Amino acid sequence: MNGALVIGAVVFWIAAWLVNSWLARLRPESQTVGRLINLAIPALFGVTLIVLWEGATRGFNIPSVLLPAPSMIWDRITASLDILWADFYQTFMKAVLAGYVLGCGFGFATAVIVDRVPFLRKGLLPIGNLVAALPVIGIAPIMVMWFGFDWPSKAAVVVVMTFFPMLVNTVAGLSASGAMERDLMRTYASDYWQTLFKLRLPAAMPFIFNALKINSTLALIGAIVAEFFGTPIVGMGFRISTEVGRMNIDMVWAEIFVAALAGSLSYGLLALLERAVTFWHPSYRR
Amino acid sequence: MRERRGFSGFLFDRFLPVGTVVLVIIMIWYAFTVILNAPFERDQAARAGTEITTGQLIEKTLAQERPVLPAPHQVAEEIWKTTALKKITSKRSLFYHGWITLSSTVLGFVMGTALGILLAVLIVQSAVLDKSLMPWIITSQTVPILAVAPMIIVVLNAIGISGLLPKALISAYLSFFPVAVGMVKGLRSPDPMHLDLMRTYNASNAQVFWKLRWPAAVPFLFTSMKVAVAISLVGAIVGELPTGAVAGLGARLLTGSYYGQTIQIWSALISAAVLAALLVFLVDLASRVVQRRMGMVH
Repeated sequence: MNGALVIGAVVFWIAAWLVNSWLARLRPESQTVGRLINLAIPALFGVTLIVLWEGATRGFNIPSVLLPAPSMIWDRITASLDILWADFYQTFMKAVLAGYVLGCGFGFATAVIVDRVPFLRKGLLPIGNLVAALPVIGIAPIMVMWFGFDWPSKAAVVVVMTFFPMLVNTVAGLSASGAMERDLMRTYASDYWQTLFKLRLPAAMPFIFNALKINSTLALIGAIVAEFFGTPIVGMGFRISTEVGRMNIDMVWAEIFVAALAGSLSYGLLALLERAVTFWHPSYRR
Repeated sequence: MRERRGFSGFLFDRFLPVGTVVLVIIMIWYAFTVILNAPFERDQAARAGTEITTGQLIEKTLAQERPVLPAPHQVAEEIWKTTALKKITSKRSLFYHGWITLSSTVLGFVMGTALGILLAVLIVQSAVLDKSLMPWIITSQTVPILAVAPMIIVVLNAIGISGLLPKALISAYLSFFPVAVGMVKGLRSPDPMHLDLMRTYNASNAQVFWKLRWPAAVPFLFTSMKVAVAISLVGAIVGELPTGAVAGLGARLLTGSYYGQTIQIWSALISAAVLAALLVFLVDLASRVVQRRMGMVH
């Protein structure tokens, strides 16, 4: 056991805590400074977590099989960029993207049709709500059996997983525009499609983006878990399950880092897009 | 549209539409069973050198032993055989496997809900934690934790923790998020007017919390618990995959896929669905009872 490292990490923790509580009490005049502070506080918190992690693993000599230190994981990431990229390409660029686009697209189209037919809405919505709560991931073995080991079976799992959240949210969003606004469109003598494109779809955008954000995480999970049920010898799920078996835990953490990075980036991208599309929404107006 | 009430409302707004859609889904299912299983039967007939009529073809596709897609009645039969006709303690009983999955789901759900509530209370009480923790709670959900489930199981197994707890930990990680986010919203939901009123009563921080914030957060808590219980079941099922498929609904899925037992996969899938629906229903029921006793719904 290396006491100095542990004590150092704890001292850093306390110092960071004091800095953060001082930052949180500041009431800056300008908005840019306020925004910078709001970024700095969680960033410092994250750095503290990593320092504590590093200090604990090195200080207490935790075997790297259990929990590798962040520096070890970083070394592994930089040393095996080519493998990580191949896995990322197989899982994310092929399976996740294809499945995500198809699933969200089908969900959206179905929602527009369902919205037009009240009987379908009454019948399909309770079922959609039920399925959205079900462990859909369980269809992974079936899809692997139907579509083979390569990426189409993973994309199929992603399609099914993303379809229902999109359906339910879009249907809810399409009824978000007020009766007054719809009446206004009628007085303009606009037909169904004009009302749909000029009023109801823009009003539904916050709901649709909510589904897109939920789905971005679901899609990544679906593709990775589906790879546990059979896969060619490349892919993030494949790498995780085999490297766990070989006790190369640092490689597993490297894949987790890539997955978390991909997940956060797609989430952030969607959030930016949402801000651009729904600029009119009260939560973005100042 | 005129609002229908009472029995006829239930009949026309619920039963008929939902029933029709379910019926259509079952019909589509049967159609696909025939279509997907037909190539195998045609192949068999061609090898035997016999002609096969359409009637025979349909009959055979609905009764295969390892179909590509089992017919609904085959799945129903399998579920009946593995629930009603087997002893509960038998390893082939779905009740046995369902119970194992259910126990780690519930344990994980309770741990996750407790952690979520604790985090929410801390975040609402402390400005530092609000600013430093909240972004990381959101980031934590972009990590595809289900994908890491096998590692957690194997690593915990290596230091001697096995059985229920590792699976429950995964469920807890998944279910704490909706509860934390929902509770932060709920604890902040009281009207500024009400908070001001508490101040005029000279209420302490704890009194404001217990008499105003907590009761106001209860509806939010139940809404997020419904989401949490559903995903903690998913966590438990995925957590069972890497343990070598010993027991539980996830294990039934895995062994089914190893040995091509499609009927077994589908029956495990359907029972997981029933379990999820049941858990969500129970939470909903609890929410109605509690809110009625609190006088929040009439």
